[in-house]
Amino acid sequence: MATTPEHAARISRLQQARPEVVMHGLREEPRGWLAWLTTTDHKRIGIMYLFATFLFFILGGVEALLIRLQLAVPDGTLVTPETYNGLVSMHGTTMIFLFVVPVWAGFANYFVPLMIGARDMAFPRLNALSFWLLAFGGIAFYGSLFFEPPGAGWTSYAPLSDDAYLPGGGVDAWIFLIHLTGLSSLVGAINFIATIHNMRARGMGWGRMPLFVWSILTYSYLLVAALPAIAAAVTMLLTDRHFGTDFFDANGGGDPMLWQHLFWFFGHPEVYIMILPAFGIISEILPVFARKPIFGYKAIAAATVAIAFLGLLVWAHHMFTTPTSTVVLVFFMMSSFLIAVPTGIKIFNWIATLWRGSIMMKTPLYFAAALPALFVIGGISGVILAVFPVDWQLHDTYFVVAHIHYVLFGGSVFGIFAGLYYWFPKMSGRMLSEGLGKASFWVMFVGFNLTFLVQHSAGLSGMPRRIYDYPESAGWWGFNLASTIGSFLLGIGVMMSVVNVIVSIKKGQKAGNDPWKGNTLEWFTQSPPPENNFDVVPRVRSVEPMKDIRREVMKGAEPAGTVAQPVASGT
Amino acid sequence: MAVAPAAWAGAFTPEAGGSPNADEIDRLYRIVLYIAIPIFLIVEGTLIWSLVKFRERKGGPAPAQIRGNTPLELGWTIGAAVILVVIAAVTFIYLGDIKNPASSGPAGLASGVAVASLDQPAPPSDGGKSLEIEVNGQQFVWRYDYPGEQIFSYYEMVVPTDTTVTLKIRASDVIHSWWIPELGGKADGVPGHTNETWFKIPEPGVYRGQCAELCGEGHADMRAQVRAVSPEEYTAFVEERAQEIKEAQEGLAEQRRERATEEEEVE
Ligand code: HEM
Ligand SMILES: [Cu+2]
Ligand SMILES: [Cu+2]
Repeated sequence: MATTPEHAARISRLQQARPEVVMHGLREEPRGWLAWLTTTDHKRIGIMYLFATFLFFILGGVEALLIRLQLAVPDGTLVTPETYNGLVSMHGTTMIFLFVVPVWAGFANYFVPLMIGARDMAFPRLNALSFWLLAFGGIAFYGSLFFEPPGAGWTSYAPLSDDAYLPGGGVDAWIFLIHLTGLSSLVGAINFIATIHNMRARGMGWGRMPLFVWSILTYSYLLVAALPAIAAAVTMLLTDRHFGTDFFDANGGGDPMLWQHLFWFFGHPEVYIMILPAFGIISEILPVFARKPIFGYKAIAAATVAIAFLGLLVWAHHMFTTPTSTVVLVFFMMSSFLIAVPTGIKIFNWIATLWRGSIMMKTPLYFAAALPALFVIGGISGVILAVFPVDWQLHDTYFVVAHIHYVLFGGSVFGIFAGLYYWFPKMSGRMLSEGLGKASFWVMFVGFNLTFLVQHSAGLSGMPRRIYDYPESAGWWGFNLASTIGSFLLGIGVMMSVVNVIVSIKKGQKAGNDPWKGNTLEWFTQSPPPENNFDVVPRVRSVEPMKDIRREVMKGAEPAGTVAQPVASGT
Repeated sequence: MAVAPAAWAGAFTPEAGGSPNADEIDRLYRIVLYIAIPIFLIVEGTLIWSLVKFRERKGGPAPAQIRGNTPLELGWTIGAAVILVVIAAVTFIYLGDIKNPASSGPAGLASGVAVASLDQPAPPSDGGKSLEIEVNGQQFVWRYDYPGEQIFSYYEMVVPTDTTVTLKIRASDVIHSWWIPELGGKADGVPGHTNETWFKIPEPGVYRGQCAELCGEGHADMRAQVRAVSPEEYTAFVEERAQEIKEAQEGLAEQRRERATEEEEVE
């Protein structure tokens, strides 16, 4: 390949197209522990969120592996039934309330201000409060390990969760976790809403907002809509447990069904709270790595909002086996079908984004492309479960466990890892190892499918969920052994990425400002960004402001319309 | 991993074979599955194809700068909606046979009681009588109350073959869920409510299941079993149980009397 002078000039212009932003007059970054504890910088808070939630992810993972060990063979004797119920409850609660929901707050804290060209969140101190509420929620919950962990599952169905049946303090610890993490999410959501509505760069209308920011805006509104229901429900449970009320006690005129309605009115939106930001991340990653614009930007943004709205109308599909009249079941079947349409649209749009691209096969793309591949299985099993007569067979079996994990692990967690590999260079200034990253991906991918694919079969063969053992005669041994082997592979795959992060943070290759040639404004600033994020913010003219800037720099011009912002003067 | 072939036969579809409602659910599930398989293959196929075919290559074509395609996007939206309408229609077609109890067969129990219930249409009257059994979930055992005077059993339910059995499902402490996979879907027993389901077993046999809603430490061991016997054997069973229970109660009454006299003597 002969290099023509023209070509060489082009290359050098391309290199210039990575804007170096010089920062002036900044105060020195504070150092040491206290600086972290007292920070209100959205980036530091973001890092603390990510660090804390990944710790909880590891804890929840250890609980999961203990569960899998207990179930590996029939009549397992590793743990007692009480301990098993504790493990199941801790695992589910940890993964949902202490990992997936807040990890999005972590990514959003770090990246929403950067992506919209803002210098911090709207309410920096409120932001610190939401982190600390989360931290204390986690501590209050894990404190129950020292007396008695909760034993009614992450759903804590009444009346099992009432004091008559679980008098120990575990359920109370669970209630405090819901309150503290709920407040944390609520405060955070209001902060995101205020930030996104008011602090976007000049020219960034709704139609030019990055899709990840769209997903965080929707995530925030959903949290505001859904959290009051669970806050009310756990408060009622608390008074039932300790102050003699009977909201959920049939003997006192209450009704256990009320708990389920309140819980799932929150619980189903919660699943979209957990998945929409993952959809948002991969809607950023796929176009960057395919070197193509996102296919159907408007359709994806509209689908996000449609899913959020419909997500508020499907809650009783978790209650198909309860004593409920058939018309109600029909309504919730139909609304669940409806929600599958915008979800399907997104999958088609992502594939169309890859189609006829020029795909850079880097680790973030591996994780991002695995999301639709795995999520579609969870989406299909979701539709199967929404057919309520079929759900009568499949509800509360391992088929549902498989569904949950295809959407939540295959969807949300693969999205989280895609985000980690994509944004780590921005957060740390260094690249993660590609070799170790891809190895981690493949081990996780194989381990994940081995763990959860067979669980569909276990459920179809009649294995209920949340059982601590099963007899050999039940015929579920093969599925369970395969699942346990898969889960350890999955654990190894995750640890490989943890090692990757620990090693690369010091030794990784220098990333530069814009290693992937991104589309959005976080790539405009340094890696890691200075405390004030940007000295200047370019005027936004499309959904891909960085592409415009690179094009203009290539033409030899200064990025036009750059507006100066006041230099940070210490807060 | 020596799994018996029998275990694999049911690996892709729900359990069935004990009762018509379970069989109909199995059929409905299969239809939905057969609709889903091509969709799954198309999605995974185009995804993998794109990832292989459109990799960055030296001298490869430049990435196509397409931002959307309205007819295509409308097309797949309508396509997805139509598929779901079809699934809904199929569900409604099967729903009746799953939900409404069938009529008892000619070889069924002749002396059952006719039932009419709240939400559940009564079995058609032409097929003879049906049997109503009350199921009660309690930590951690199932109790069954049979029609007639004070006849009950725990863990094992005995029913006549070829007879429609309707179940009234309740719970007396926490929520439990009644489920015998081969006899149809599960139905939660919720304190303060009555739930319903039914089955009709053609041939004698034993069907096993277990509680499907987390109900405490003993949840995994809260098993249940339904034994189908010929109507004659069922009648014999009922008589025998009545006798047993009567004797047990008399024994209890005797003991109480004895204790009462003992206490008197002590005074
Ligand atoms: C195509 C869209 C979807 C449909 C139609 C759907 C349908 C359902 C249905 C009917 C159930 C109840 C199953 C049962 O308990 O018997 C269920 C359970 C569940 N789904 Fe989905 N789902 C969809 C997407 C998702 C997504 C995106 C998530 C999360 C990221 C999710 C997470 C869950 C969870 C956590 C449960 C189990 C809750 C529990 O009982 O612990 N689903 N889904
Ligand atoms: Cu749901
Ligand atoms: Cu149970």
